[in-house]
Amino acid sequence: MAVVTLAKALNMALRDALRQDERVLVLGEDVGRLGGVFRVTDGLTGEFGEQRCFDTPLAESGIVGYAVGLATEGFRPVVEIQFDAFAYPAFEQIASHVAKLRNRTRGRLALPMVIRIPYGGGIGGVEHHSDSSEAYYAHTPGLKVATPATAEDAYWLLRDAVHSSDPVVFMEPKKLYWSEEDADLDRRRVAHFGRAVVRRQGRDATLVAYGPAVPVALDAAAQAAREGIELEVVDLRTLVPFDDETVSASVRRTGRCVVVQEAQGFAGVGAEVVARVQERCFHSLEAPVLRVSGFDIPYPPPKLEHAHLPGVHRVLDAVHRLQYDDEPDVRHLDRGVA
Amino acid sequence: MSATLPPQTVQAMLPAPAPVCFVTESGKAAEAPADYPAPSDELLREAYRRMVVGRRYDEQATALAKQGRLAVYPSSRGQEACQIGAALALREHDWLVPTYRDSVAVHARGVDPVQVLTLLRGDWHCGYDPAATRVAPQCTPLATQLLHATGMADGMRRKGEDGVVLALVGDGGTSEGDFHEALNFAAVFRAPVVFLVQNNQYAISVPLARQTAAPALAYKGIGYGVHAEQVDGNDVMAVLAVMTAAVDHARRGDGPVLVEAQTYRVEPHTDSDDPSRYRDEEETLRWAAADPVRRLETYLRDREVLTERDVETAQAEGEAVAADVRGRIDLDQTPDPLALFDHVYAEPTPQLLEQRDQLAAEMKERED
Ligand SMILES: Cc1ncc(C[n+]2csc(CCOP(=O)(O)OP(=O)(O)O)c2C)c(N)n1
Repeated sequence: MAVVTLAKALNMALRDALRQDERVLVLGEDVGRLGGVFRVTDGLTGEFGEQRCFDTPLAESGIVGYAVGLATEGFRPVVEIQFDAFAYPAFEQIASHVAKLRNRTRGRLALPMVIRIPYGGGIGGVEHHSDSSEAYYAHTPGLKVATPATAEDAYWLLRDAVHSSDPVVFMEPKKLYWSEEDADLDRRRVAHFGRAVVRRQGRDATLVAYGPAVPVALDAAAQAAREGIELEVVDLRTLVPFDDETVSASVRRTGRCVVVQEAQGFAGVGAEVVARVQERCFHSLEAPVLRVSGFDIPYPPPKLEHAHLPGVHRVLDAVHRLQYDDEPDVRHLDRGVA
Repeated sequence: MSATLPPQTVQAMLPAPAPVCFVTESGKAAEAPADYPAPSDELLREAYRRMVVGRRYDEQATALAKQGRLAVYPSSRGQEACQIGAALALREHDWLVPTYRDSVAVHARGVDPVQVLTLLRGDWHCGYDPAATRVAPQCTPLATQLLHATGMADGMRRKGEDGVVLALVGDGGTSEGDFHEALNFAAVFRAPVVFLVQNNQYAISVPLARQTAAPALAYKGIGYGVHAEQVDGNDVMAVLAVMTAAVDHARRGDGPVLVEAQTYRVEPHTDSDDPSRYRDEEETLRWAAADPVRRLETYLRDREVLTERDVETAQAEGEAVAADVRGRIDLDQTPDPLALFDHVYAEPTPQLLEQRDQLAAEMKERED
């Protein structure tokens, strides 16, 4: 066991992937000498040379489209996009080509590639540096979407992503880059990709969370425990594929569910989770499934992000309504709190 | 990260002041033959045969669209010199990266003529095997394919292969960001890729003047450090000469090349377009005089390189291809709906497997 940050775990995953497979290439803006603005690619050019980890011209569509060509020729590109909102110029390449080339060619051309996108807020970034864009990708058939919440998951999910025969959009919660953890990355303890994990066990309600919302859910569960409410916390880890089994099993046990996400709520991943839970667990449910999310606003300026980000308080508020209300409080729902 | 080569001079990168031309519209040798070696008579005869076949193929596809047997067909009539010139400039291992308008070039690369049309027939997106044919799927989102071509070219170079990628794009496509990003990437990475712009004067209804204020699209190369040339796109001899030089240049490791071929789209944009709304007949007639097939035929016949018999043979081959397409186009065109789920992922998600079962049950219900 050693103390690592989530960013360092990603760095180690890239290093090990580069070592293990000649076809792996790391490319993007400032990933070379600088090691990426978050230092996730630190030292890779030094160790593997400019042929394996290199800076590209500054053009996101260019980076992704060029990686499509490299993948067509048998390479396994791992692309870094610098910040969430700067992936939008590449959205057409991602949605029209990365997601579809396998399908368009009936499996004759595959695109094993990873698009790493630091996402989400909470680091005081100015505008366009804090978007939660995961729903766009999760909504696009042909893409797999992963988002780790721990250093160990960061390592293994990224290793799995590089190994995957399918393109993976790898969403890195930038708020958690520096969170430290005692992790043993040499030994994989559980299957990761496509499987959610129960991070904390509890009997009274299930909190479903992913990425930056996982620590929030865990904090809320710790606090609720002091009130005698035992919350189970499920970390999705991958949004696509979605692990219905783990989520449904938990909700059937607890009978109550709150989905926690940092992203704006409307038409988001949380809505999908709520729909799936009520489709599968209706007869076990003792209360409506609620959502706790960011508001449906463009990501706020840094001095106001605390008002937007769903914190422990908002989660507990939802939990209380689940536990003690016979009827859902519709006023709350209309205010968009849930 | 690229090999160090001598610096490229501005002069060497600029296109010729006028489009390179070997044969005039009336089929005579052009006055000042360009600074390129002339293609052999053998190659010209081959180009002639393929242009005749290509034109017949295009006519047949246009007819199939009119009969409703293709959902849509974008004709490339009048652009045969570009399409055949492009295909003939390549070696077997090279890639062709085409657009929706380039069916004739795709066919000339050896792809089964019916498979070329499955995209337009509507039963699948790409009917042929790109890996086996070295022809990328015909691309619909404009200019996006140019970046793929650049990455593919660089991929081959990284593997130590001497393959070249030839990417096709229209004049309208040059306004898209991906065109510019592709040129820039290609130049920075010295990727062995040749971009051929078929400037057919219109992007659906919008004329070239609304795409660019540059003296010619070929001038867009210099800003990126890309060698460029402009060529008479209705003179296959010139297209072959310029494209061969461009492909050689890229193959040698001297970097990407941008070629602008000036040509004209004779037919509507697709069979559902009405060109009378945006161009006058006089213009169309003027360009009809520049017809690439007739031009080459006149030139070769005058020089007795082409005989009546050669012409007849080419036409017969065209008829055979057309008959083959007519005979097979309606066959095998209803794929199994369950195949919809086959290639979304290499490893399908549980949700997709559920949906597949659902569709299977719906289909069974309908049968019962
Ligand atoms: C990104 C994108 N925008 C719009 C379209 C719709 N569209 C299809 S063809 C076309 C005109 C393209 O003109 P040009 O590039 O000159 O090629 P041509 O059709 O003349 O061969 C347009 C606007 C498209 N296919 N892709």
